[in-house]
Order: sequence, then structure tokens, then C-alpha cells
Amino acid sequence: MMIGNWLDIGPVTQIEPGTARTLPVVGGEEIAVFHTMRNEFFALRNKCPHKQGPLSQGIVHGDVVTCPLHNWNISLRSGKALGDDEGCVPTIPLKVDAGRIYLLRSAVIGAQDQAA
Amino acid sequence: MNAPMNFEEGTPAGHVRERLVVIGNGMAGCRAVEEILARDPGRFDVTIFGAEPRVNYNRIMLSPVLAGEKTFDEIVINTREWYDDNGITLVSGDKVDSIDREHKRVVAASGRIEPYDKLLIATGSDPFIIPVPGKDLDGVVTFRDLDDVDKMLAAAGKGGNAVVIGGGLLGLEAAHGLNLRGMNVSVIHLMPTLMERQLDEAAGWLLKTELERRGQTILTGANTKEIVGKDGKDGKVAGVRLEDGSEIPADIVVMAVGIRPATGLAREAGLEVERGIMVDDHMVTSDPSVLAVGECVQHRGLCYGLVAPLWDMCRALADHVTENPTGYEGSVTSTKLKVSGIDLFSAGDFSGGEGCEDIVMRDASRGVYKRVIVKENKVLGAVLYGDTADGSWYFDLMKKGEDVSDIREALIFGQAFASGGALADPNAAVAALSDDAEICGCNGVSKGKIVACIEGGAHSLDAVRSGCKASASCGSCTNLVESLLSLTLGGEVESGPKTLCKCTSFTHEDVRRLIVEKGLREMPQVMQELHWTTPDGCASCRPALNYYLLCAWPGEYVDDQKSRFVNERLHANIQKDGTYSVVPRMWGGLTNPRELRAIADVVEKYDAPMVKVTGGQRLDIFGIRKEDLPAVWADLNAAGMVSGHAYGKSLRTVKTCVGSEWCRFGTQDSTGLGVKIERMTWGSWMPHKFKIAVSGCPRNCAEATIKDFGVVCVDSGYELHIAGNGGIKVRATDLLCKVETEEEALEMCAAFIQFYREDAWYLERTAPWVERVGLQYVKDKLAEEGAVEHYAARFRYSQQFMQDDPWAKRAAGEDSKLHQHLAEVRPFPASQMENA
Ligand code: SRM
Ligand SMILES: Cc1cc2nc3c(=O)[nH]c(=O)nc-3n(C[C@H](O)[C@H](O)[C@H](O)COP(=O)(O)OP(=O)(O)OC[C@H]3O[C@@H](n4cnc5c(N)ncnc54)[C@H](O)[C@@H]3O)c2cc1C
Ligand code: SF4
Ligand code: FES
Repeated sequence: MMIGNWLDIGPVTQIEPGTARTLPVVGGEEIAVFHTMRNEFFALRNKCPHKQGPLSQGIVHGDVVTCPLHNWNISLRSGKALGDDEGCVPTIPLKVDAGRIYLLRSAVIGAQDQAA
Repeated sequence: MNAPMNFEEGTPAGHVRERLVVIGNGMAGCRAVEEILARDPGRFDVTIFGAEPRVNYNRIMLSPVLAGEKTFDEIVINTREWYDDNGITLVSGDKVDSIDREHKRVVAASGRIEPYDKLLIATGSDPFIIPVPGKDLDGVVTFRDLDDVDKMLAAAGKGGNAVVIGGGLLGLEAAHGLNLRGMNVSVIHLMPTLMERQLDEAAGWLLKTELERRGQTILTGANTKEIVGKDGKDGKVAGVRLEDGSEIPADIVVMAVGIRPATGLAREAGLEVERGIMVDDHMVTSDPSVLAVGECVQHRGLCYGLVAPLWDMCRALADHVTENPTGYEGSVTSTKLKVSGIDLFSAGDFSGGEGCEDIVMRDASRGVYKRVIVKENKVLGAVLYGDTADGSWYFDLMKKGEDVSDIREALIFGQAFASGGALADPNAAVAALSDDAEICGCNGVSKGKIVACIEGGAHSLDAVRSGCKASASCGSCTNLVESLLSLTLGGEVESGPKTLCKCTSFTHEDVRRLIVEKGLREMPQVMQELHWTTPDGCASCRPALNYYLLCAWPGEYVDDQKSRFVNERLHANIQKDGTYSVVPRMWGGLTNPRELRAIADVVEKYDAPMVKVTGGQRLDIFGIRKEDLPAVWADLNAAGMVSGHAYGKSLRTVKTCVGSEWCRFGTQDSTGLGVKIERMTWGSWMPHKFKIAVSGCPRNCAEATIKDFGVVCVDSGYELHIAGNGGIKVRATDLLCKVETEEEALEMCAAFIQFYREDAWYLERTAPWVERVGLQYVKDKLAEEGAVEHYAARFRYSQQFMQDDPWAKRAAGEDSKLHQHLAEVRPFPASQMENA
């Protein structure tokens, strides 16, 4: 059942705490997968709502990433811009099971999956 | 006892007792039976199967048994008499092999067949074994039951080396036991923090330090690659090899990396199973005749690994089978580590999140760290180290979801303090102290002395610190001193100088001084010793501390990549479209055909959309993707070029003019000197970016008088200028001094840089720094006896470790994770996906 709905993207150890790595989707939007220093994992579209900065390259603190381009703070939990800035980036449901990271397949593949 | 029973026989007609069969003679299985007996003792004929050849015991006390603090007899929960007195058939040492739901019976390994009306599965968990080569060698054990403990004790009897894989609760308790039994213990943990699911970085660091003090070797961030066997000796373990190639000798290896719910039987019987056996709120599985409790179940999406939830599950189960259903709603859990002398408590959610507030208290002298996480006036979680007296109080507030707004200020000081009525106000508590109560332990300053100092005119924290030394050392009494200030002065407390960031009451200077004075060598240590009010700092203090530690302990401190801005992490400048620019170093602005060819080749090979001459006299290649950076660098390295650090708080460029070699006005070899200076200074990390220029005459074509360090050559020697700045606010340099030889110019340059590196605040360029401290201060410092040689020597020492081209290391494969994608998703049509 895990196999059907969830996409296994590998072991948790591939992402150092406090960093993110990227997952390009052919024909879709690149995803950034974050591992926070408090050992949580999140996945977001790798595009800042401000001017499309690559969020995967920002400094991660708590459950927030600071965009590397103009320092907007984006909540990894909700995808929302914090403070006075306004905007939101789509999040992708993620779960960790027995040391592996899974993304919700339909959210990763989006429209193409349903169409098929 | 073991003969098959005839259940019809001897039971009064019309009152046939239901047959309850329990699989698993562990903590949950027996507890469930106890709960049922307490409600309706005559209801069932009970048979319990247990794979272990013994009665039911308290599994969590295996740790004290291993440590020699308890015997097995002391941890038995139910003796043989209990089973007999309650008419329970115990089939121990016989594992149930299958469940036949159609005929409602179970079959055990011995061949015994037992019919049931109700079946209870309580098989607990199996230890997870990481699938590495050598996992089956003799001497590799898990930590789950008494047999495992016996194996460990047998090994410990011979002494030698023990390796524990897994730095979680179980692993650390095993390590502690083996350590007490005289073995030389190493713990290998994959994550950077011990017990990362229960502890944050700060508490994990304290725990690690304490275990190391006790003689254990703790390797965090270490991945086991292989368990190696002894040559010639069949199947006996000899050591553990890590991914980095190092090998740790071992006479016994304990695998304690986690548990998996034991669901095999249920799965084969066709019951609904995900991670655990699926149960509803009454512990009923997908088959109404089959119940399940304990670690083997999954309830509302969760599997548990602690005993507290089992008790609630067993209550709900017993209520249900005795027809008085109450239901189980899930549990919140708390953790303690059973290692004598280490007080540690963790409960709830400490990952933080939107709207969460961290309240942190640290007491370095007592080794205490407390953190309570509050959201919308409710306690969400707590992590306590060193003083756990209030753990159960926080846990209670958390479980009840109590509103803590009234005691918010005093919450972190604990129950006694917070519930003390008037004392709930920390100021009132301080006011109640007697005059001779000691406030500052480090410097032995009493309340009376501090009040006198404040009344004598010290109206700020800083003034008190310099006036009577209170809070000037470790700072743990800062809160108390601040309370005394506001008590004594009312609202007139002057705010002190700017602190490093909101996580600390210390200024940049204090932090820098204390790092050196106290010999603080790691970031969590600085945060603990200097009472950081957040668990792991923020985006302002982490990069600053990383620089301060790097500057204080060259060659020793390990740079913390995650505390660096992307440009410094990827050694290139991020552009608006997410690509990077690459600027190789061109010493003193000089280049040659080989370098130019290599750059031209890179531009073509990687299809770089633009190359540009920078304002810093070198070439900038634009539009490189992060995945291609290591390959680009390898090509540039091959032509002898290294990183230009155009991205760093570090030495950037040394601009030169043509000088006496060619120019009709040139007085000295400015180009040659520029190259020498760049060779000496490249690679050094600084508080901010640092630029140098050397002009061959006062016409100053290299713009040396708006640089951080500028040299203007004149007939009689070299004028050395400092603290210039182009940029947003232009500042022309100040003349530092004049020297006669190149050697003196180089020496003074090294000394000035090192003094700046050790004195300025992080993110303070030389211009604002000199404006703040004054030119005279800089001149005086460098004029002190031996100062120039001293600073220059320290700079050269530090450069030994810094002049190591970061590009070459990356090109050779270091930190490749930072450049490579995790994977690539290629969506397939649904028909193909089935087989994928
Ligand atoms: C590439 C370059 C422009 C060019 O095409 O010539 C450049 C490009 C940037 N400069 Fe600059 N500066 C460049 C020479 C300069 C100069 C001229 C010089 O060094 O002689 C100055 C004025 C001199 C000075 O620094 O005092 C200069 C003053 C700044 C400032 C203002 C600094 C200040 O203290 O006020 C910033 C902003 C900052 O650092 O916060 C800045 C920041 C930047 C950043 C890093 C902006 C950013 O944060 O992304 C630009 C990065 C572009 C990139 O990806 O490469 N750049 N910048 C020059 C690279 C020089 C090199 O070879 O390393
Ligand atoms: C060393 C150690 C220390 C611990 N410390 C703590 C602690 O401090 N605090 C805490 O809350 N928790 C602690 N725990 C966890 C706690 O012990 C478990 O949560 C609890 O024992 C789970 O109970 P259970 O009945 O589900 O499983 P178990 O107690 O494991 O019982 C399951 C039983 O079923 C048997 N069994 C399995 N399959 C079959 C089969 N097919 N046929 C017959 N029998 C079978 C097993 O042999 C086992 O005896 C610790 C665990 C260990 C190992
Ligand atoms: S002057 Fe402004 S736009 Fe031009 S490179 Fe510098 S920072 Fe960028
Ligand atoms: S693009 Fe992210 S802050 Fe501007």
C-alpha cells in the first residue's frame, strides 16, 4: 500500500541535518527536500514565492528556510512566507518510515498521474 | 499441564466459558489478562503462549540487570503461582507458528493446536537488524530479552571491546551496562545528535560530553558499513568498519538501532496490517474475534515503543471484552534514560513550529539545560537535562493542555517557583532574598554588594559587570542581576550595548573573549556555557559563532557548513535564476594564455551564457548549474587556478596596477607586491569581505585608498592605508604607517589582518570597525612591543590550514551531496507504473 501512494526517495541519511537536497521532476516542478536540525523532514516546491529563488539553498533554522536571494523566511511546515512578506509555496506531503523518506506520489507527479 | 484440554468437560451445562488464547507472554499480553481478571475472573479459560522459556518479567528492567543493579528474580512480574492460582495455562518456550482464522485455532512450533473463541495477539516487536555484511557473525547481539542480556554478560566476563550500534535509549543503556561491567565501549550513531528523537542538539551535546567523560567513545554521524569477522576463527566478530573506512575492534557488537512491530503472524493470517497490526479504539483487529495490544499494533496511525501506552490499551481492551467499552484514544509519551547519574527527560513535541515559543534556561556550573516549548499558552513539549525534578509537572501540564499564561514568566523555574503565589514574579522572588545571598557564584558577589553597586551609579548590566564583577564571568546570574537592576532603579535601567543577537545577553566582544578565556571549542558548548536562550541559535548567531570559533581555534575547529550562507557553502555566487557564477583567482590581476584558454574552454563546454571582467580585475563565468560546479572547478584546477573566493566573508581580490615594471611613473613593483600579498592572504576567512590593492604611485590607479588594506608605493617605500570602502558609503582610507621594504609591508599587512580578524564583530567591515574603535586604538595596539610579529605569526599559523583550495576538495568528491540531486522523478504512464 505504501508502494502505491508513496514514492520512496531513499534513506534519511542522504540529507544532512540543516540542509536540503533537490529532486527534479521531468515535465514538472523541482522539489526541495529539507532535513531540519531538529530532525524533521519537509518537501516543498523549490521556488520562492517572491522571485523564484531556489529555497533548497537557503539557511535552515527551526522549521524555517531563509531564501538565499532576498532573505524571505518561508515556513517549511506550511510553505507560507513569514513576517510582513506575503506568498506561499506548495508543500508536498512527506513521511519517514523505517529510515526512508516517502513523498505522496500524486503531489509529486501532479496532473500527469491523474491524466494517465 | 501441557496435555490438550477438553473444554467441554467439567463445565456446567449452559455456562460454557469462552476460550481466550494469548500469543505473547510479555508486558502487554499479561497486563491485558490481569485487567480482564480484575473485571470478570470467570469469563475466560486463558492460555498464554510465550516464545521465551520463562514467566512474565518487566522488560524495561533488563537494563538495570545488565548494569548489575538488579537480578532477574527482582524483575519478575508474575510468578508460576500467579498463572496457577488464576487457572491460566502457560505454554512457555513454544512459539506460535500460525493462526487459522477459519477454524479459530492457533498452531505452535511444537505442533500443539489450541482453539480459541477470542484471540489476543501481543507479540511485541523485533529488534531491527541493519542489513550489513557480517550481521550474522557470532558475537553480534540485539537487546530485547533475557537471553540477549545473558550473551552480553558472558562477553563482558572476558572483558575487551564492545561496540554498540545505535545511540538511542536502548543503545545507550546497553553501552552503560557494558561500561559498568568493565568493557571498553564505543557507541556508533548515524545521526549527529544522540537520542535525536527525544533530545535536541543542546541536550544531546551535554549527554555526549558526559558519556565521554565516563570513558565511552561516542561516534556521531557515523555509518556502519560492515561487521568484520576474525581471520581463521569461524564466524566470530572482530570489529566494525565504518563508511569512512575506519575500523573499531569489537569482541561483541550490540545492534540497537530500532524495533519493528512483530506482525508476521497477523499478516500471514490475512489480518489488516500496515506498519503494525491495525486496531480500532477497542483494540479489535480487522477480524472481530481477534484482538491485539502492545508494541505490535498500529492505532490511529501510530505505533508505540514505550510501556505507558500499553497500560491504556490494556484497560480499553479489558473494558471492551467485558462489555463495558470505554475506548483508547492514543497516548502522549515521555522518556527518561535509565543511566545512573544522568538525569534526562523528554516529552512531547520539541521540533518547534509556527507560533511555538522556546523558553530556555541553562546553568553551566550545574550542567543544567531546560527547554519548554509553549504554543498558544499551552505546553507542547519539554527537554530537560541535569535537573529533571519538574519533568512530570511539565508532562502533566502538557497532557491536560492547561493554560499557562498566568505562570508563563516563572514556568521555566519549575513547579515550586511557579506555584509560589507572589513568588511567581521573578522580581518578587529576588526581592525576597536576603542581602548576603550570593548571586554571582563565579565571583562571589552577594545581593547587597550588587545593590550597592547599582545605587553607586551602575545603571546598566554592563556597568554592574565592570563595577562589581557580578555576571561578568559565566553569566548564569544575568537574569537575577537584571531583576536587581529593575528592582533598585524602577524603570530607569539603561539598556546595555547591543547583544550578539536575540539568543544571548552577551555582546560580540563578550562572546569572543569568553570563547578564548574558557577554551570553548564547539558551538553547542558556547551556547551552553554562555546561556543561550534558544536551543540551537538562529540565522544570525550561528554564522557568527562559526567564524569566531574558526578564528580562535585554527586547524582544530571543524567548520560548520550548515551555519554558512549558500555562497560560502557552495563556493560560488548564487544568481537571480538560481545558477552560479564562478570566479577563479587571478593573482594580482595577472593572467596568461593557459588560464585564459581554460576559462574559454569552460565557457564553451558548459555553455555559460556570459563571461565578464569584474571590478576586481578577474573574469567571472556566469550561469553554471550547481551540479556542474565540481566539474567546472576540476577543469580550472587543471590549469592551475584556484577559488577566487568572490563569494566569501574572506579575502577577495588584490588589485594592482602595472607599476615600475612598465609604467613611466611607477616607483615600485606594485604588481609583484600585489601577487605576493595575494599569495600570503588568500583563503583566509574574515569577519566580512576584505579587499586589498597596491598602486605603483600616488596617482593610485588601483584605487588603493578605498580598500580594506591599500598600499601606495612612493619613492622612499610604501604607504600602508587601512579601512577604505567603496560600496554603499564610500570611505577613503586612513594612513596606518609608512615602511621602507616589501618585507615590512607584507608583515604589517599580515598583522593588521589578524588584528581585524580577532577584534571586529562578525559582519563588520574594516571601515565601520575603525569608525567604531577609533584609528588610534588600532595604531596603539599594533605599536605595542612585539605586537606586529605576534599578530603576523598568528596569521601565518592560521593560514597553514586555510590555504587549501575548497574547489579542489569538491572536485575530488568532498561534500558531493551539496551538488547532486537526490534522484530524478520521471513519471510513467500508470500502466507501466504497476511493474515499476
Ligand atoms: C562581480 C562584481 C561586479 C562586476 O561584475 O564587476 C561584483 C558583484 C557583486 N557584488 Fe560587488 N562586485 C564586484 C566588485 C565590487 C567592488 C569593486 C572592487 O572590489 O574594487 C565594490 C566596491 C568596493 C568595496 O567593496 O568597497 C563592490 C561593492 C559591493 C558591495 C558594497 C560593499 C560595502 O561595503 O558597502 C556589495 C554588498 C555587500 O557586500 O553587502 C557587493 C555585492 C556584490 C554581490 C556579491 C551581490 C550579491 O550579494 O549577490 C555581487 C555578486 C555577483 C556575482 O555573483 O558574482 N559589492 N563590489 C565584482 C566582483 C569583484 C571580484 O572580482 O571579486
Ligand atoms: C532493554 C529495554 C529497556 C526498555 N526500557 C524502557 C523504559 O525505560 N521505558 C519504557 O516505557 N519502555 C521501555 N522499553 C520498552 C518496553 O519494554 C516495551 O514497550 C514493552 O515491553 C512492550 O510490551 P509488549 O508486550 O508489546 O512486547 P514484549 O514485552 O516484547 O512481549 C512480547 C512477547 O511476545 C513473545 N512472542 C512474540 N512472538 C511470539 C509468538 N509467535 N509466539 C509466542 N510468543 C511470541 C515475545 O517472546 C515476547 O516475550 C524497554 C525495552 C527494552 C528491551
Ligand atoms: S552593483 Fe549591484 S547590481 Fe551590480 S553587481 Fe553589484 S550588487 Fe549586483
Ligand atoms: S526570491 Fe526568495 S526572497 Fe526573493
